[in-house]
Amino acid sequence: MEPIKVLTANIDKPNSASIDVYLAGGGYKAAEKALKMKPEEVTQIVKDSELRGRGGAGFPTGMKWSFVPKNAPRPTYLLCNADESEPGTFKDRVIIERDPHLLIEGMIISAYAIGSCPMSYIYIRGEFYFGATVLDKALEEARAKGFLGKNIFGSGFDFDITVHRGAGAYICGEETGLIESVEGHRGQPRVKPPFPAVVGVFGGPTVVNNVETLACVPLIINNGAEWFKGFGSPKNTGPKLYCVSGAVKKPGVYEFPMGISLKELIYEHCGGITGDRKVKAVIPGGASAPMLTADELDLPLNFDAVMKAGSMLGSAGIIVIDESMCIVDAVWRLAKFFAHESCGQCTPCREGTNWMETVLDRLERGHGRQQDADLLLDMADNIGGKSLCALGDAAIGPVISSVKKFRDEYLYHVEHKSCLPGTTRYRRLDVAMAVH
Amino acid sequence: MAELHPDSAYAPERFADPAKKVEFSPEAKKKFDYLLTRYPNKEAALLPVLHLAQEEWGWISPEAVHYIGGLLDLSPATVFGVVSFYNMYNQKPVGKYHVQVCTNLSCMIGRAYDIYEGLCEKMNVQPGQTTPDGKFTITEVECLGSCGTAPVVQINNDYHENMTVEKVDALLKTLK
Ligand SMILES: Cc1cc2nc3c(=O)[nH]c(=O)nc-3n(C[C@H](O)[C@H](O)[C@H](O)COP(=O)(O)O)c2cc1C
Ligand code: SF4
Ligand code: FES
Repeated sequence: MEPIKVLTANIDKPNSASIDVYLAGGGYKAAEKALKMKPEEVTQIVKDSELRGRGGAGFPTGMKWSFVPKNAPRPTYLLCNADESEPGTFKDRVIIERDPHLLIEGMIISAYAIGSCPMSYIYIRGEFYFGATVLDKALEEARAKGFLGKNIFGSGFDFDITVHRGAGAYICGEETGLIESVEGHRGQPRVKPPFPAVVGVFGGPTVVNNVETLACVPLIINNGAEWFKGFGSPKNTGPKLYCVSGAVKKPGVYEFPMGISLKELIYEHCGGITGDRKVKAVIPGGASAPMLTADELDLPLNFDAVMKAGSMLGSAGIIVIDESMCIVDAVWRLAKFFAHESCGQCTPCREGTNWMETVLDRLERGHGRQQDADLLLDMADNIGGKSLCALGDAAIGPVISSVKKFRDEYLYHVEHKSCLPGTTRYRRLDVAMAVH
Repeated sequence: MAELHPDSAYAPERFADPAKKVEFSPEAKKKFDYLLTRYPNKEAALLPVLHLAQEEWGWISPEAVHYIGGLLDLSPATVFGVVSFYNMYNQKPVGKYHVQVCTNLSCMIGRAYDIYEGLCEKMNVQPGQTTPDGKFTITEVECLGSCGTAPVVQINNDYHENMTVEKVDALLKTLK
């Protein structure tokens, strides 16, 4: 399979973030076209395209939009999820920094389709300071051309966008955590139902969509649903950005029709494994996705196939772990992440993630106990499905999959108080750890 | 009585000193007024207003918490609850250069711990602490969303990608 340039068509042009370059490439034609249609027609085209959310869950976008009630008592909102905090994910940043107008155009069309009120927010992680300045500038340009503001394209539709910076909290990527954070609160997820489509931000119906999802929308409007379905396979359609990092020679963001195999992506496009070593494990969809082993690399990277293999495509953040890395230490680092990022609302998640981190660390330090592998599975069992939001379920993915697939490596730590020969820990144990 | 650790909840540093009043500069006040126009209520402007405050003062002091609460009609407890929830709001002053080393998995595979541990050792500081001259604060952070160019070190607002121990050393030498 050859890499494609569909979502990334503009990013290598000089000055790609400017509105002039975007307009020269046919920019804002899709918005003009969509705003001449009825909102339901726009939604129908997106439904027909079988576009699924690129933020993690792969939920059909057109269907999500159609859940928004008409004539709700409070204003309807569109929120763009640009939190991009899932470890291993760095695709939205490419669009934000190098083709911000594609995102803005996608938001105009999507907002029109759902009947949005005149204000919308891009929730961008606070660390993306540069991205926020690029977006602010692009929004200024779009306002100056009348693509944002009152009566856009003479359609009577008023719409504007504000960049809302987060401040360092992974949980604000979860859609209800994000909503809380836009409202100025601690980003603690809400109990569902009510779902955001009914009661979301400021009490109004709310659609939260990922940057890449929204960036697909102008392409679909311009080229049609059939064209979009020409990429990938049924129910897993469209061009897709894959982020590859970790132990590969050429890490980066790659665009392919949805469904390239892991093996082809890693070996033919990313130059293979660092030092020509072997693959030990691959995380296919960001830190939350259960690990796959070297035997599972033929897997096509689409939502359904990865799900069937017991993992998830998630945000398509592919992290490659080679044979020389201690798997227990890799999992410890992910467990530490989830322990740090648990919002603390539910006891199983708050306490459990910390305990998983502790047990993994004690294995590394040579204090592991015979029952620790099973203890980890037991803890995972007490977190999964027993917490309020999907972070709890995410936190156990790497733990369960690695204990099941690399149990011998866990047991080696208990018996020999060291890592499996040929594997190393990529940190020292003597430097004080920052507290959570 | 035993000395209180400055991080203790009872430490005097954690309470607003009524004698110390803080106030936004006229430029910041202008930005503040603009921010309020972008949200349907005042409370929603809290995160951007805290960013503004941190730009002004480098950290969110207890006095700033009270001041911002007053501006947005929120209790200091509500404001502090938000400040303490989010990583990026500094609850104590940081050095002129806040060196934030990502050590999450992709960066770890790129040997980010060599960078992080090396910096703590060389500067003789504990993680999260500031060098005595007030120049550098070293912090370990979670994934910065730039794993394709790991390891990544964020200094103040800027990302530095594809780092190595040597490159970081050279970079820090250029910071005056
Ligand atoms: C813990 C957690 C973190 C998440 N982080 C992100 C994120 O950083 N970016 C994102 O787009 N979606 C993230 N999501 C998924 C969102 O909740 C939501 O499903 C998504 O934004 C919906 O957009 P989509 O339908 O366009 O994919 C996260 C979910 C969870 C549970
Ligand atoms: S599962 Fe974890 S992150 Fe999610 S609401 Fe509960 S404590 Fe917070
Ligand atoms: S792991 Fe360091 S930037 Fe993602």
